[in-house]
Amino acid sequence: MTAVIPAPRKPWQPTAIDRLEDLMIVLAAFGIAGAAVKFTGFNGKLGFFISLFFALLILNFGFHYLKRGSAAAKDSLLKVFAIMAIVLTLIPIVSIIATVVSKGYKGLHWGLLTKDMALASVNDPIAAGGLLHALVGTTIMVGGALIISFPIGVLTALYLTEIRGSLTRPIRFLVQAMSGVPSIVAGLFILSSLIYPVTKSLSGLMGSLALTILMIPTIARTSEEMLRLIPNELREAGVALGGTQWRTVAGVILPAAKSGLVTAIILGIARIIGETAPLLLVSGGGDSLNLNPTQGAMGSLPYYIWKSFLTGGTPEAFARAWGGMLVLLSFIFILFGLARYLSGRKVR
Amino acid sequence: MTEMNNQNDNEKDEQMTTSQIKPASLASVASSRPTSQPGTSLLGTGLEARGVHAWFGKKHVLSDITLDFAAGTVTALIGPSGCGKSTFIRTLNRMHEFIPTAAMAGEVLLDGKDIYAPGTDVTKIRLRVGMVFQKPNPFPSMTIGENVLSGLKLAQLKKSNTDDLLEACLTRAGLWNEVKDRLDEHGGALSGGQQQRLCIARSLAVEPQVLLMDEPCSALDPGSTFRIEETIAELSKTMTIVIVTHNMQQAARVSDYTAFFLSDGGPGEMIEAAPTSKIFSSPQDKRTEDYVTGRFG
Repeated sequence: MTAVIPAPRKPWQPTAIDRLEDLMIVLAAFGIAGAAVKFTGFNGKLGFFISLFFALLILNFGFHYLKRGSAAAKDSLLKVFAIMAIVLTLIPIVSIIATVVSKGYKGLHWGLLTKDMALASVNDPIAAGGLLHALVGTTIMVGGALIISFPIGVLTALYLTEIRGSLTRPIRFLVQAMSGVPSIVAGLFILSSLIYPVTKSLSGLMGSLALTILMIPTIARTSEEMLRLIPNELREAGVALGGTQWRTVAGVILPAAKSGLVTAIILGIARIIGETAPLLLVSGGGDSLNLNPTQGAMGSLPYYIWKSFLTGGTPEAFARAWGGMLVLLSFIFILFGLARYLSGRKVR
Repeated sequence: MTEMNNQNDNEKDEQMTTSQIKPASLASVASSRPTSQPGTSLLGTGLEARGVHAWFGKKHVLSDITLDFAAGTVTALIGPSGCGKSTFIRTLNRMHEFIPTAAMAGEVLLDGKDIYAPGTDVTKIRLRVGMVFQKPNPFPSMTIGENVLSGLKLAQLKKSNTDDLLEACLTRAGLWNEVKDRLDEHGGALSGGQQQRLCIARSLAVEPQVLLMDEPCSALDPGSTFRIEETIAELSKTMTIVIVTHNMQQAARVSDYTAFFLSDGGPGEMIEAAPTSKIFSSPQDKRTEDYVTGRFG
């Protein structure tokens, strides 16, 4: 006798009728919002959005109240709020990306990544000059800042989570306070403490140092949060095997926190990669390719965008600026994708 | 109790009368110096706790424990929750001090030397007195093989033939047959019982003389518990084992000696310590009898 195996089903998922009802509610809400804009005092996109929101709220609440009672109705209210919050968050992000792509693609050409602006002005035709110098400058300065900030930030986090010395509270407070330092202050600090009295010249290294001031608190705070997530049992297991605290941290804690530390790096880079103000002050705005971080002005992508927007005025200059933004955004996405890939590869 | 075990216990009864186990209330730091030398038996190291007290902040959690662990024996610490068993076991390899507010008094002698003496290298102590924790805690970033050998790296020990050591440790922990083909997988891929045996194998790799086990089976199913008890029986041929357990049948099955801890709201005290058969058949103290017969706790 063979047992009849029933076909696998998912009875907990909404049925086609449920979906249709939801769709009808959304369509009805759109209709009401459209009518509201047409026949009442509401007008424009804002008016439409607000009436859509309230129409959705009321329709959902009413429908679910009649169908399944007050608890389900309240549940559906929360769902509407959450979905609206997501929509509100996504509007600016999608809008920014769409604008940058639609305006930026005009500024793209193959010479962009091979030429600098040494012999071209922002008002020249698009194909003259490129942003190689800015891309290289941003890479060098952000890389330099990362090389300095990462060890300092992680060691600070280790002090706060592993050593837990008597200075833990004041240091945690200072790190939090430091993450609120305006970027222009960081630039002015490097300008007045290093450039005027010591080096007397602008350079990429000074740019890195200014960015470091902004990056350390972000990396330290994120790393601290990540290290706190490591269960204490692992620390105990490490020292119970006869490891010193340092060996336990290096051999057990940091590897376990690896993907968290990559997140710290990503957030740190995100904090500084678009900084313009401090770089204007301390690394100047080079228009030619400069591979030496210790000498001479060094360009950067934000500076390139700023200069194209403000010193040009022709359609070519604007196209250049939008093209620069597109390159900067793509650069950030590639960087983050790479970091995620590298950190996710070995850790399960 | 099987016949074998009874024989075993009778032999050990004689040893036990020479090493003095005093009721906690009578012992004090000064008067509890042993006249015998439990640390000098054939197997080498024994462990002796002398008037151990422990505090967390101002809270006195453990009062005046004096207890000998003769070399090559298995000692079970039993008692209701919150009676200080785990705190006591953690004073034996200086894991107690890992908690920031912790304080202690008394002496713990390993080979006759106080492990709390000034100038003692705490990492060396923990190498010789290994520990297995309540919750299996394999290192998540390492493979099964790397987990077993992680102690060598952490303690910076040099070993020429790590492959043999790997196999020996996993075999002794009763895990070799299950994992020999998957040493490159992560420890998290194992079941809870396998993870705990992996942790036992990991602590064996640095060749400790004493192994402390803090409720090693409390998170495991009966099958895994059985495997770990087999492992304990195997290990006790070559090392001294101290095990905290809430399971009295387990204490009766695996241990040679049993110590009963109890707290009446104040600090935990040791009520009675004796050969396991004696604790379960004819305990001296009424409270011990009530506990082992399941009247409370």
